[in-house]
Amino acid sequence: MISSIARRSHTTERIALNVIRFCAGFVIFAMAIILIYLTVEGTKTFFVDHFSPISFLFSPDYDVDGGHPGAAVFIAGTLLVTVFAIVVGGPFGIAVGVFLSEIAPKAMAQVLKPAIELLVGIPSVVYGWLGLTLLVPLIRDHTSSPSGFSLAGAGIVLAIMILPTVISLSEDAFTSLPPALREGSLALGATRFQTIMRVLLPSASSGLAVALILGIARAVGETLAIQLVIGNAASFPKGIFSPTATLTTVIVGEMPSATQGTIQEHALFSMAFLLLLIAMVLILLVRFALRKRT
Amino acid sequence: MQRNAALAALLIGFSLSTSAVLADTSITAAGSTALLPLVKDAAGAYQTANPSVKISVSGGGSGTGINQVAAKAIDIGDSDIQAPAQPELIDNRVAVIGFAVIVNPDLKIKNLTRKQIQDIFAGNVTNWNQVGGPDQKIVVINRTRGSGTRVVFEKTVIAPEKVTEGGLTEDATGTVISVVKSTPGAISYAAFSGTHGQPIVEVSIDGVAPTEANVITGKYPFWSYEHMFTYGPATGEVKKFIDFIASNNDLLTKNSFIRIADMKTSETNR
Repeated sequence: MISSIARRSHTTERIALNVIRFCAGFVIFAMAIILIYLTVEGTKTFFVDHFSPISFLFSPDYDVDGGHPGAAVFIAGTLLVTVFAIVVGGPFGIAVGVFLSEIAPKAMAQVLKPAIELLVGIPSVVYGWLGLTLLVPLIRDHTSSPSGFSLAGAGIVLAIMILPTVISLSEDAFTSLPPALREGSLALGATRFQTIMRVLLPSASSGLAVALILGIARAVGETLAIQLVIGNAASFPKGIFSPTATLTTVIVGEMPSATQGTIQEHALFSMAFLLLLIAMVLILLVRFALRKRT
Repeated sequence: MQRNAALAALLIGFSLSTSAVLADTSITAAGSTALLPLVKDAAGAYQTANPSVKISVSGGGSGTGINQVAAKAIDIGDSDIQAPAQPELIDNRVAVIGFAVIVNPDLKIKNLTRKQIQDIFAGNVTNWNQVGGPDQKIVVINRTRGSGTRVVFEKTVIAPEKVTEGGLTEDATGTVISVVKSTPGAISYAAFSGTHGQPIVEVSIDGVAPTEANVITGKYPFWSYEHMFTYGPATGEVKKFIDFIASNNDLLTKNSFIRIADMKTSETNR
């Protein structure tokens, strides 16, 4: 009797373990497929079309019909909107994180937190649509930009989109600090502001770095919301109120109509490959920041 | 719980069987947003006359239409331009469409020379006062690469010059028109099927007005054939639907298209 129960549980255990192994194996398999596919397709620009990687990265001349797919404009566009979003949204998000964990009354934090998490769930096309209908006309009417489509508009939309990520993670970074830090600082006679600025912020710095890096990762990969407001002009922006394009917007704009095997399709794959590399670097940075903390 | 599941299964089965009864044949068409209004309109009329056929129509641009029909993802690929040579793709010309260069109405510009249009889209001219308009920055709006309208524009109006990449880019005829409407100083181009009757100005090119009459005689240069590509020769309902569009003069005129038979001029490579 006992031995049969033991055997049955042994069998269940074996099945369960195998199911789990299969799931893990499948994830690794899917990752490998994506990596291999993008690497093979993404390097055709260089190995099949023999276009120099240096020109791809640094030439602003995106003339795929003429066989010259320089991607510098889109790389610059991606970097600029991301920097804009993180400069505007980063400090703001950390400030709200401080507010939630250190200043807000408990009841208020309990209402605010789910509200902020709700923001993550809003589809990006909705953010883009709001940007197109509210922000673009505002910029058109109040700045030198004649059309209203601009780097700044895309940056503002992105800044709002990365806020929930930055807020949640920076709040976690603060709440996970040992209470003794706060108590010690206050016992020494520091004010609450001094405690936050001199003790909590530096102690939470690696957690805050993670919050910012994941915010950047979100910003780099965002596509639809930006495409609707940035204007998709394949030229360097002449100012923050000037239109430009990013790696993601040119990929989504041209991929459906790009003919297979052309230099245009290869160039778009190379841009996707580049985005993958950027994402990998960001993940490595997160690992590095986390390791520093422990 | 079990009863609910059984009920759900029953409902799903029922809805599947009814939809199978109601729609024996389904046709999918996608591509050119210049041709889109006509195909949509025709699909409505055709389905009313043949309730057993279900036609779904979407845009995406000419390049997308050609790509998807070549991949056999859809039945009909709508395009303003010829497809790259591929023996399986059969070209069914259904109509002629004219395109207009369009500007924001506040500019009060009615006519531009071809040279002026070339200069504007090449980025040599950046203020409207250089071409007889008010002191207002020119906002150039291009279509995405892969747009048939853009290819026709480059081939029939801009060549031998080139379009600069500095302009804004929009990915559908409808979007272009709404942006030109709302943006001071805007200039772009779109098919008659989208521009006629809109609160924007369709400018004359070298004094020739963008009208169907001028397209028919060949006086107005900016036009193309509309193609509905099929993978292999069109058969059955797909063929009937394509013929229905090409022969339905009321539907064509209503949407600002021209019957191919009415043309007094012809081009082999459009």
